[in-house]
Amino acid sequence: MSGLQALVVDDEIQIRRFLRISLEANGYEVHEVDNGQAALTEVALLRPDLLILDLGLPDIDGITVIKRLREWTQTPIVVLSVRDSDEDKIAALDAGADDYLTKPFSVGELMARLRVAQRHALPENETSVFESDGLQVDLSHRIVTVRGQEVKLTPTEYALLRLMIQHVGKVLTHRQLLREVWGIEYAEETHYLRVYIAQLRQKLEADPARPQILVTEPGVGYRLVMVEPDEEKNA
Amino acid sequence: MTEHRPDPDALLAAVQREESRQQRGRGKLKIFFGATAGVGKTYAMLEAAHQVNEKGVDVVVGYVETHKRAETEALLATLEIIPRKQVEYRGTTLEEMDLDAILARKPELVLVDELAHTNVPGVRHSKRFQDVLELLDAGINVWTTVNVQHVESRADTVRQITGITVHETIPDSLLELADEIELIDLSPEELRKRLFEGKVYTAERVETASKNFFRSGNLTALREMALRLTAERVDHQLQDYMQIKQIAGPWKSADRLMVAVSPSPLSERLIRWTRRVAYNLEAEWLAIYVESPRLLSDEDKVRLAHNLELARQLGGEVISSTGSDVVESLMRVARQRNVTQIVIGKPAHTPLQDLLRGGSYVNRLVRASGDVDVYVVTGDPSESTQQLRLPRPQPHSVWNEYLLGALIIVTVTALNLVTLPLIGYQAVGMTDLLAVLLVAAYIGRGPALVVAALSAITWDILFIPPRFTPIITHLEDVIVLVMYFFIAIFTGNLTAKIRAQQQQARSYAERTLAVYTLARETATAVNMDDVLETAIDQIGRVFDAEVAIFLRTHSNHLEAQPHPQSTLTISDKELVVATWVFDNSKPAGRYTETLSAAEAKYLPLLTPGGTVGVLAVRTRKSERLSIDEEALLDTFTRQIALVIEREMLDEAAEQAAMLRESERLHNTLLNSISHELRTPIATVVGAASSLLNQNLSADAQHALLSDIQAAGDRLNRLVANLLDMTRLESGRLKLKLEWCDISDLINVALSSTAKRLVDHPIHLNLAPDLPLIQMDFVLMEQVLVNLLDNIASYTPPGTPVDISSKMNDGTIQIVVADHGPGLPPDDLERVFDKFYRVPGSKAGGTGLGLSISRGLVNAHNGTIDASNLPEGGAQFTITLPITAAPPPAQEAAL
Repeated sequence: MSGLQALVVDDEIQIRRFLRISLEANGYEVHEVDNGQAALTEVALLRPDLLILDLGLPDIDGITVIKRLREWTQTPIVVLSVRDSDEDKIAALDAGADDYLTKPFSVGELMARLRVAQRHALPENETSVFESDGLQVDLSHRIVTVRGQEVKLTPTEYALLRLMIQHVGKVLTHRQLLREVWGIEYAEETHYLRVYIAQLRQKLEADPARPQILVTEPGVGYRLVMVEPDEEKNA
Repeated sequence: MTEHRPDPDALLAAVQREESRQQRGRGKLKIFFGATAGVGKTYAMLEAAHQVNEKGVDVVVGYVETHKRAETEALLATLEIIPRKQVEYRGTTLEEMDLDAILARKPELVLVDELAHTNVPGVRHSKRFQDVLELLDAGINVWTTVNVQHVESRADTVRQITGITVHETIPDSLLELADEIELIDLSPEELRKRLFEGKVYTAERVETASKNFFRSGNLTALREMALRLTAERVDHQLQDYMQIKQIAGPWKSADRLMVAVSPSPLSERLIRWTRRVAYNLEAEWLAIYVESPRLLSDEDKVRLAHNLELARQLGGEVISSTGSDVVESLMRVARQRNVTQIVIGKPAHTPLQDLLRGGSYVNRLVRASGDVDVYVVTGDPSESTQQLRLPRPQPHSVWNEYLLGALIIVTVTALNLVTLPLIGYQAVGMTDLLAVLLVAAYIGRGPALVVAALSAITWDILFIPPRFTPIITHLEDVIVLVMYFFIAIFTGNLTAKIRAQQQQARSYAERTLAVYTLARETATAVNMDDVLETAIDQIGRVFDAEVAIFLRTHSNHLEAQPHPQSTLTISDKELVVATWVFDNSKPAGRYTETLSAAEAKYLPLLTPGGTVGVLAVRTRKSERLSIDEEALLDTFTRQIALVIEREMLDEAAEQAAMLRESERLHNTLLNSISHELRTPIATVVGAASSLLNQNLSADAQHALLSDIQAAGDRLNRLVANLLDMTRLESGRLKLKLEWCDISDLINVALSSTAKRLVDHPIHLNLAPDLPLIQMDFVLMEQVLVNLLDNIASYTPPGTPVDISSKMNDGTIQIVVADHGPGLPPDDLERVFDKFYRVPGSKAGGTGLGLSISRGLVNAHNGTIDASNLPEGGAQFTITLPITAAPPPAQEAAL
C-alpha cells in the first residue's frame, strides 16, 4: 500500500525510528511528532491516513488526544501501550481508537493491526457475505454456514456475530459489545459476553477449545479474526 | 575477728564506689563541713566559688542563707543568683530553692546552702538533700554546707551533749557519696570571739546563744565530733584506695550485727547505736522487724516505717520476719544470716508481764543466744514511759460479737437448766467451759473472756447450791468455781491466740500465693497485654487498690497514656509524678517523701537494663500499707518489671529476626536479578556491536538478530515477573474480578506462550460447561503462563503437555502436566519459595515464577500444588473455589 501517510506520535526516539523504518519498508510515508499538542496540530494539517499514538505522552493524556480528534475526524488510530494498563487500553478503545498494540511488539503484529484499522467498517445495509476459515455468513439473509452445515443461532448470538463481523479484525471492548448488543444498561455484565461467546464458539469453531475466529483479548474484549492464508496470526 | 585477705564482696563494693564516682555524667558533690553554725562554711564556699568562677567555671547560686552576716552578703554580690521559688503554705508565702529553674539553667556548679534543710510542703521533695541528689543525677556539680549536728548517726549524741534535739538530719550515706569533704575548723575560743563580734548572730541573740549552744564545753565536743567524722571519712577513702590497689591492710571484719526494731521510739536510738558500732567494727548490720500476730495502730505503723527507713538510710539491711515468739524468730534469722551480735533494747515490761511470758524477753534471748553476743542498750528513760502499754487485743471484736457470746451463754444456761436433774450442777461447769472454748475459737478473745465471766456468774447463781443466790455453801464448790474461772480465762486466751496465729499464717500464705500466682500467670502470658492485665488484676485484688501501668516508649520516654488495662485514671497533674519517677528511677507519691501530695503511690519498674515503666497504686482504703504489704508490692513490682522487659526483648528479637530475613531476601534478590538482567543485555549489546562492526554473512547476521530478539523476549518476561512480584509483595494487589471462562483462560495462556511451546504437543482435556467463576483474568493468565514457561524451559523438546480442567465438589481444578524430568521429591513444597531453582538446572531463570503463581492463586483464595507423576514428569494442580453463580445471561431485547 504505497502512498499512504502515517503519523507517528511517541516521545521515545528509538520507538519512532523503529516505526519509521518498518512503515517505510512497507510503503508508508511517515511523519513524526513527540507530543500530544503537536499531534493534534499535525493531524489537522497533514490529514494522515493512519495515526499511531503512544498512550504515555508527556504533555496531554493520550485518551484526551483521541477524544479531541474523534470530534472531527475518523482517521484510523492505533494506540501503543504497555502491559498492565488494561484500563488505559479500554479507555482508548472506548474513546474511539481502532486498535491497540502492547509494547514490546513485533513488526508483524504492527502491520496486521494497521491493515485491520484501515479497513472501513462494513456498512450495515450492504448485502454481503462474510467468509473466513469455513465460516460463511450471509448478512442479508441471516444465514450462517459452518463448513457446509447450516447452524442455528439465537437472535442475540447472531447480533453479536454480526457486530463483530462489521468490525472484523478490530478489537471490540466488552463495553462496546454489551452496549451495542444488549443496550447501555448492560455495559457491565461481562458474564453475558462470556456465555454467548462460548456458545458461539461451540457452534462456529472447528475446535472450540482452541478458537481461531473468535479470539479473546485478555482484559480488553474480543476480536473476530479473518483467517487468510497470507496473514500472520496474532501472536 | 579480722581476716587478712580481701573479701570479694567488699572489693566489689569498693570498685563500685570508685566507679560511681566516675559515673555517666553524675555531678560531683563537695561538702563544706563544720562543727556548728558560724564557723564560716558558707563564707568559705563562696570564696572558693569566686576562685573557680574567675577560672571560667559557670557557677550559680541555688540557695545561700547569709543570716544577714555582712561579709557573706558581700561575697554574694558578684555571683549569678537563681531566684527563689515562692511557695504558698498556710496563708504565708515562703521561699525555697527553685529546683526546676536550676535544672533548666544547667550550670556547671551550683551552690546550695544548708543541706539538711526541710522543704516547705508543696515542692517536689520533702528534703533539700533530695533536691541535691536530683541535681547530681542531672550532671550538675553541687557545693553545699552542713553541720555535724545534722548528721543522722550523730544526732543522738549531739542531743545528749547540747540538750537540743535536731530535727533536720541528713543520712550518713550522703557523706559517703560526697566526692570531697572540706572541714571548716575553728577553735571554740575563736568562735566565741566571732560570736561576740556579732559576726555570727545579730546582737539580740548573742547573749542567749553564748549561754546555751555556744558554751565552750559544747563547742569543744562538737568540734571533736566534726574532726572525728572527717577522719573516719578519710580513713574510709583510704580503705577503698587500699582495697582497690590490693594493698594488704586491716580488712573488713567478719562481724555482723542485728538490731531488733519495733514501732517504739526507743528503736531509733538502737538503730543509730548499731550503726555506729557497725561502722567502727567495719561490719555489716541488719535491722530486723519481727511481725507478731499483734495488729498495729496507725501511729505504730508510721513510726515503724520511719524506723525501718532510718535503718535503710543509715546503710543497714532491713529484714522482716514473722513469728509469735520474738526470741525464737530472732534466733532463727540470726543463725540463717550468720549474725555475730544482736542488739536489743532494755526492756520496760513489768516483772509480772515477764513472768507471764516465761521469763523476761532479754533473759530468754540471752539463754537462747548460744554463741551469738547480745548487746542490751539503754533507751532514753524519758521515752520509755510511752512504751508501757498492754498488748492490744486484736482484732477488735465488734459489739455484735459480744452479743452473740452473751446469747450463747444464755442458750447454754437454758440447756443446762433443763438437763440439770440428769447431769448435776458440777457438770454445768464443763458445758460452760466448752462454750467458752468454742467462742474463743470462732468468735474472738474479747467475747470469750466475757463469756467466761458470765458463765462463771450464772453457774454460781443458778446452779451451785444454794441456788439463785451468789453465796456458795460448800468449800469445794468455791475452789471449783475459782479454778474454773482461771481455766476459762487461760484457755480462752490461748485459743484466741491460736486462732490469731492461724489467721496470720493464712494471710501470709495468701500473700505468698499471690506472689506465686503473679509469677506463674505472667510467665505463661502470651503477650504484653496479657501480662499487664494479669498484673493489674492481681495487684488490685491483693491490695484492694486501683492500678495503672505506664510503659516505656521506643524513644526511651514514658508513654503519656497508661496502658488500657489500667483501672486507675491518671490526671495530667499526676502524670508529672509518673514522669519524674521514670526519669529518676525512684518511688514518689503518696506515703513517700517526694511529691507526697499525689493521689497514688508511684513505683519505678526497675530491671538491670533500666527502668521499663512506672506502676501507680492507689489503695481504696486511705491508709499506709504495712511493712509486709510494702515488701510484697516491691516483689510484685520487680516481677512485673522483669516480665515487661522480657516482652520488650522478645519484640526486639522478633524485629531483629525479621530485619535479618528481609535483608537476606533483599540480597538474594539483588544477586539474582542482577545476573538475570545482565545476561540478556550482554547478548543484545554483544550481538549488536558485532553486527555493527563486522562484516558478517547473512546467516551469521540472521543468527545474531534472532539472538537479540530472544534476549529481548527474555528480558520482557523477567520484567513482567518482577512487576508481578513487586505488586504481590507490596500487599496492594487489587484483583479486577469478573466472570471468566476457564477454557478461555487456558486458551489465552497457550496463545501467549505458543512460540516457546512450539516443540511441545499440547493435549487439552477441558470439561465442557464449567461454570464461570470470578477471577482476575489477566493475573490468572499469568499463573498459567508461568507454568507453561517453566515447561518450555525445563522439559525436553518433543515432550507433550497435558492440560485439563474439571469441576470437583465446589471447586474448579486445572491441571498442567508435563513429561519432563519432574521435580525433586523432597522439594514439592519448596518449589514455590521465592528464588527456588531446581538444583542443577541450567542458568537463566530467577526462580520467581512459581512463587508468583502461588501468590496470585492464593489471592483468589485458591491453592496450587506440585506433584510428580508416577510415569515421570511434573504436575501442577490449581484449585479455585466456586463462590457463587453468575446471574443467568439473558437474551437481548432486539
